Formats: sequence, structure tokens, C-alpha cells
Amino acid sequence: MENFNLILPEIFLSLSIFATLLIGVFFKNSYNLVTNITYVIIISSLLIIFNSFNDSGNLFSNSFVSNSFTNFFKILILLGTLFVMLITQNYIKEMKLNYFEYPLLLLFSILGMFFMISSNDLMSFYLGLELQSLALYILASIDRDNLKSNESGIKYFVLSALSSGLLLYGCSLLYGFTGSTNFEEINLKIELGNTGAIFAMVFILVGLAFKVSAVPFHMWTPDVYQGSPSSVTSFFAVVPKVAGIAILIRFIHIPFEQLIDQWKNILVFMALASMILGAVAAIGQTNIKRLIAYSSIGHIGYALAGISTGTTTGYSSSVSYISIYVIMNLGVFGCIFLMKKNDKYCEDIKDLSGISKQNPLLAISFLIIMFSLAGIPPLAGFFAKFYVFMSVIESGMYTLAIVGLLSTVISAFYYLRIIKIIYFDEIENSFDKIKNLGITSTVFLSCSILVLFFLYPSILNNIVNILSMN
Amino acid sequence: MNFPILSSVTLLPVLGALFILFSKSKKNENKNAINLSLFTSFANLILTIFLWYSFDKSFTGFQFIEEQNWVSGFIKFKFGIDGISILFIVLTAFITPICIISCINSVKTRLKEFLIAILILETFMIGVFCSLDLVVFYIFFEAGLIPMFLIIGIWGGPKRVYAAFKFFLFTLLGSVLMLVAIISIYWITGTTDITQIFEIKIPVKYQYVLWLAFFSSFAVKMPMWPVHTWLPDAHVEAPTAGSVILAAILLKMAGYGFLRFSIGMFPVASEYFVPLVFTLSIIAIIYTSLVALMQEDMKKLIAYSSVAHMGFVTLGIFTFTPQGIEGSIFQMLSHGLISASLFLCVGVLYDRVHSRLISSYGGIVNILPKYSLVFAVFMLGALGLPGTSGFVGEILILIGAFQKSFLVAILASIGIILGAAYMLWLYKRVVFGKLEKSELKELKDLNFSEGTVLFTLVGLVLFFGFYPNLILETVHTSVEELIKNYEQAIIFNLNTIK
Repeated sequence: MENFNLILPEIFLSLSIFATLLIGVFFKNSYNLVTNITYVIIISSLLIIFNSFNDSGNLFSNSFVSNSFTNFFKILILLGTLFVMLITQNYIKEMKLNYFEYPLLLLFSILGMFFMISSNDLMSFYLGLELQSLALYILASIDRDNLKSNESGIKYFVLSALSSGLLLYGCSLLYGFTGSTNFEEINLKIELGNTGAIFAMVFILVGLAFKVSAVPFHMWTPDVYQGSPSSVTSFFAVVPKVAGIAILIRFIHIPFEQLIDQWKNILVFMALASMILGAVAAIGQTNIKRLIAYSSIGHIGYALAGISTGTTTGYSSSVSYISIYVIMNLGVFGCIFLMKKNDKYCEDIKDLSGISKQNPLLAISFLIIMFSLAGIPPLAGFFAKFYVFMSVIESGMYTLAIVGLLSTVISAFYYLRIIKIIYFDEIENSFDKIKNLGITSTVFLSCSILVLFFLYPSILNNIVNILSMN
Repeated sequence: MNFPILSSVTLLPVLGALFILFSKSKKNENKNAINLSLFTSFANLILTIFLWYSFDKSFTGFQFIEEQNWVSGFIKFKFGIDGISILFIVLTAFITPICIISCINSVKTRLKEFLIAILILETFMIGVFCSLDLVVFYIFFEAGLIPMFLIIGIWGGPKRVYAAFKFFLFTLLGSVLMLVAIISIYWITGTTDITQIFEIKIPVKYQYVLWLAFFSSFAVKMPMWPVHTWLPDAHVEAPTAGSVILAAILLKMAGYGFLRFSIGMFPVASEYFVPLVFTLSIIAIIYTSLVALMQEDMKKLIAYSSVAHMGFVTLGIFTFTPQGIEGSIFQMLSHGLISASLFLCVGVLYDRVHSRLISSYGGIVNILPKYSLVFAVFMLGALGLPGTSGFVGEILILIGAFQKSFLVAILASIGIILGAAYMLWLYKRVVFGKLEKSELKELKDLNFSEGTVLFTLVGLVLFFGFYPNLILETVHTSVEELIKNYEQAIIFNLNTIK
């Protein structure tokens, strides 16, 4: 008798999505109703996962796995989505994006991520990945009458399809050379001299690198971030990244455990390239969403640096990093949704000039988040980087550590530039005073976590360390 | 003693800052903020003086140790002080109220935020001197950048943005290498607690690289030639209170870092790199003194003189003689008082005339007699006249240097002559001569708050000039312990090579 409790969150999500879809179809103007139901669904899923956090096991002839590691990431995804929905609700209504499909697409992509993270088989992995991606393509172009939104949707679709193709090719090669699609069986059958398996691994890593937008597969990120509606961008910047890092860790930990020397080189290169490009390319940006896109490429570089060590401490440090990254990015996007002037949302960094006089609270939130993104102690961003470099140096990868830390100095420049524009420049305009409980509470929560993290910095480590990696 | 006095001293300013942030006073917000911040900083000063009083001068090792589990398994939050750090804590607690008083006149906008920034900065600075753990030290060391960046950038002069960025990025660049070294030390020794590292002793083969990584951070912060270029910019653009803190305390963190970490943890490498440090120090002393001679901006002149004085400090530290090290500590403290006072003096003139150029002044002795008197004392202190605190430090450092290298000591002495030249020339051009410029004729002499602050500082500069023992006997045991450990390590290393 199989233990269906393990897959309960996924079953619950699928059934409730379809039920909600019916509600959306049969009631007119049902955006509000569907959104509220979506909140309920997310919170119930959270409760279900919390309830069985430590249960672990396999299902369906070992093609689905659930343990504390996958559950942790699922919780992170659900929390990220919850807060993204909170900060974007106003924006969606004002930009007339309030189709009832919107929250449902979010749920669909979450469902895809859940299956992807929990997959223990190439087939279920690919299906989950595609379910996630399809929902994301539609989300990117959801602003149907906007040229840029359509452009970003198509760009994302074409490039993502290409990367999925490569990934699928890698999967088929892997099956051809090992004779199995199951992660654990592949792990047993891969031999060191198996060149075909190495080829397969490279293709799969390329596909995954695209999903987390690591250099050199990052080209879509700035355009899609800028072109998509901000509400979608905030989701893109947070949730799929978490899922991507999770599946990357699972992939290299289980099927490719034997090929550590090979993927280590690839990951180190991608980490270095992402950190440097994220730092250098962001300097010239004038659009804040584009800037965040480059900064997120840089941050993914640090997360990859942790993974590239191939040690358990390295994986944990990446998990901590990505968790803190989620908190920081939710704060940034909360702030971006507060940048509203004469009922229009601003995206230009210059619009922030001198807002510290008129909007002191927004200014201080930006200040905290930017210093945290730059990794200046005592804010949480520093501890995230500290853990990563701790594990990197433990593995003796000094070049990676030194280049990584030097690129934090370069990236500090553009974070400081935003602070300079906010605090040092003369006042040019002021933003409307927005009273939205969802946004202000998210920003407040994010900032207070970032500031107070130093009081108990091991809280995240303690959680991450108990996650079972298998 | 169970009362966590070090944590209280560290956290009190932040508490005060929080009070200021949340206090709402309807009619006179600024006055309320000033009163609160003065109250906090004076309370902290009294607390640190009590700490100094109850400090056991004959005890080797660290006192008032506080330990707390922090990052589980990795790092303990550890505080403790010895004879070297106690004096810097007192200096910090003493300089902060002076800054707060000085900004009453000079800071016109956003006074409340300014006071909050100063108080938060005080917490970070005291934290640096209290921490006995490398990571905790690093966090406080770096965190100080945030308030200082804002102080320079928001309340600074016309080129403040450039100066603030240069200050921040230079310091950060130096420090990240130190972070790599700190993490490496953790993996080499298994701890970041420096009392344990002193006992475990880092293997000699690692010491050289690690020393260089720490050096890159401290050399920028000190600042040593050739990475001193951020300092003149930062000093010129920062508001008076910012310059005072920068000169009096932030620069001292580097000197303290050399004493505590470089010599303590890497004795063999410190010995090995003595020629490098001596060369850079001598270049700093002579070159920046020459540069100071040619400055037209008063703040810039004092900034370059700071670089030269810090050259003496590094020279003294790396003589590894009791006289040299005690002289360096004394020089740092006395420079903390004197350079702070000189910046305050420039600030007094700037508030009235709004110019820092030497050429806009001349002959002010005729209308500002009190001001000219205090300026004279500080000027003489800066050039090291016997009877002022500046003399004691320099003579001790030179005594130390003569034991090590005759040439170095001679070259350093030339720096003293040059120091006298630029300081006296500055004083001559600003204070003496005929009062010709019409805009200067209306100037008012020191008001009550300026007078109180500057005459207190005059008193201290003269007091420590005549009675240096108060400081020297506090540091003596700790310095002897430091040198003893250093010599043991060198001898041990020589024996293992044989």
C-alpha cells in the first residue's frame, strides 16, 4: 500500500485548481473571488506540508520522492507566491490585468514546480518542468495589448523552448547510455569513463542554467524582466529561481554524483561568469527592473558557487542564500510597487531622486534592502554570502572566493548608486502616498528580517542542516 | 563580575538612537533629539570611564569577557578587552559627545537623522574594539561603513558623492580580502576566537598570505601610502563631525587591527614584512608631509598630516619594541584628540566664513583671540612640541625606531621637521598678518559650546603631554605580553628552521 499522504499537497493543489477554474468560468468578473480562493489554497497547502514536514518516502515505483528537503523548498515557493500576490494585487487591478486566469496560472506553475522538485525520474522531472514553463510563458505575455509584454513572452517562449529541447536531448542521451530514467538507477549505472553520460549531463545543466538564468544562458532575463508587467516580474524573480536551485541540487546530488569532477568545472565557470556579469552589466542600467534582473543574475552566481563545492555544507549554504535572496527580492519589489506618481507606476531609477525627504519610510526600506543586497554586514545579505564563501573556502576554491568577493565590491557600486539617488540627490518629485496593507507589511517584514537577522543568524542554518538530502 | 558592561557600552548608543527615532516632540524636534543624544553619549562616556577605573592594569590577557553562542557550531559572540582596547573605547565614547555638540551649529538639515547616524556609528566603533572574535570584528568593522557613507553623502560638501563612493569602495575592496583570510583561518584552526588562535598558533606557511590579506584591509583604513587617496577627499567633503570621527576613531581601527591581529596572529609574517611596512611608512611620512605643505585647503592639509602621523604609528608598531608600540598607541590617542580638535577649529571658521581655503583668511588673531589661542595649542600639538601629547608619542616611536634601524629613524625625524613647517606656515597664513579682508572683520569669537569643547580638548592635550603615564601604565602589561608572545614565536620559528 503506497503512502499517498506524501503526494497530498500536489493532489490537493490539482483538484482545487480545477475546481477554481470552474468557478472562474461560470462566474463573471470573478477575479476577486478567484484570488481570495487562491489565498486559501496556498495557505491550506502550506498547512498540509507543515503537517507532514519530516515524512519521507517514494511513490509510483520510485518516480516521486518527498522528504524534508523538497518540503522546505515547497514551503519557500508557497510563501514566495503568497507574498508576491500580496504586493501585486493592487497593481494587477490598476493595470487591468485582473483576469481570473492570472492567479490560476500562478497555481499551475507552482504545481509544476512541486512535481519538478519532487521528481525522481527523468519523465516526471520533464513533465513538471514543462507545466511550470507553460504557465510562465502565458504569464509573461499576459498584458495582451502591450507590445513589450508580448515581445517578452515570445522571447521567453522561444528561448525556453530551445533550452527545454536541449534538456530533453540530454535526458534521452542519459537514458540511452544508462538504460534507465530513474535518478537512483542512473546514479548506480553511470561510470566515470562514460562520455555519453557526460554529454547528457552538460545538456541537462544547460537547460537548468537557463531556467535559473545563469551566465551564459541569461540573455532572456533583462528583456523579460523589463517587458513583463511588474507583477509578473516579481514572481519571475523569486519563485522559479527557488525551484530551479532546488532541482539543480537534486540533479547533481543524485544522478550525477559520480561525475562530480566534471560538473564542478561547469558550475564554477557559470558561478564566476554570473557573478562578474551581474556586477558589471548592472552598472549602466537606468530601469530598475532591468537592474534587478542583472542583480538577480549575480545572486544566482553566488548560489551556484555554493552548489559547485559539491559538499553538504555547500548545498546548505546555497539553500540559505536563496532563502535570503527571496526575502530581499520580495522587499525590493514591494518598494517598486510603491513607486507611483500621479497614478502611474515608475520604473526609472531617476524617479527616485531625493525621495528621502518626501517618502522617508520608502527611502529607508530601499536603503536597508540595497545594503543587504550588496552584502554589507550586519544585514542578512552579508550572512548569506558569508555562508557561501565559508563552504567555498572549505573546499579550497580560493580563486572562486576571491573573484566572488571582488565582484561584490563592483556590485556594491550600483546598489550604492540607488542609495545615492535616493539620499544625496536633490528632490525632483515625490511619490503618491500609498496605503496598501499588503505591500507595506511585506516591505516591513522583509526589512525587519534583514536588519534583525544578525541577532540569531543560525536560525536558517539550523533548519537547513536537518534537511535530508536524499 | 556578571554585569555585561561591554555589551551595555556597545549597545547603549543604538538604544539612544532608537529613542530619538521614535520620540515625537511637537514643537522643538531638533532640541529634543540633541538632548536625547547628548544624554546617551554622556551616559556612555561615564560608563566607559567607570570601565577604565575598574580595569585591572596588572592583569595579562582579556578582562570583562562575555561569551554567547551565536552562529551555532561556527562562531561565538565574544567580547573582552585588554589594556590596548580599553583606551580606544574611552576615546570613542569621548569623541562622540564632542561631535554631537559640534553639529548643533554646523548641521542645518535633517539634524535628527544625523544624530541617529552618529550614535549608530558609535556602537559599531566600540564593537570593533570590544570583539574577540574575527567574524564579530569584521561585522563591526564593515558595518561602520554604512553610517559613515551616509554622513559624508548627505551632509557633505559639493563633491560629497564622489568622496562617499571612493571612501566606501576603497575600504570595502580592502576588507573583502580580509574576509577571505578570516574564513581561511577558520578552516585552518577550527575557530575564529582570537584567544584560541593565539594559543593554537597559525602554521608559518600560511602566515604570509594571511598577513597580506589583513594588511590590504588595514593599509586602506590606516591609510598608508599609496592607498591613502580616499582620505583627503573624504575629509574635505565630510561635515565637521564626520571628519572628526573619521580622523579620531575610524583611522585608529586599522592601527588597533595591526596590533591585535597582524602581530598577534602572524608574528613570523609580521617580522618578515617589516621592510615593506617601514618603506611605506617612511614614504608616507615624508611624501605626504611635502604634499601637505602645498595644500590650499585647510581640511586637506590636516588630512595629509593625518596620513603622515599614521605613518609614524605603523613605524612604531612594527619596531616590536615596548617603546615603539606604546608610543604608537599613545600617538594614536593623541592624534585622535589633536586632529579632532584641528578639524573642529576649521569647522569653527567654516561655519562663519563658509570657506576652507587658506587664502580667504589672514590676521584673524586681531579679532578672534580665544580662537587663535586654542588653535595654537593644537597646532603645536600636531607638530609634536614638548609639553603637548603629540610629543610623547613621537619621541617614543623614534626611540623604538632607533633600536631597529638608524636610517629609518633619521628619515622619520625629517618628517617631524616637515610637520613643523606645514603646521607653522598654515598658522602664520591663517592667524597672523594684517586683517585685510573686509568679510572677516565682523567675525565673532568662540561661543559657549565651541569654547567648552575646545578648551576641554586643550586641557587634555596639555594634561597628557605632562602626565603620559595615565595612558602608558594602562597599556604597559598588555604591550609586554604582546611582545613576549611575538619574541617567543620568532625564536620558536628560528629553532624549527634549524
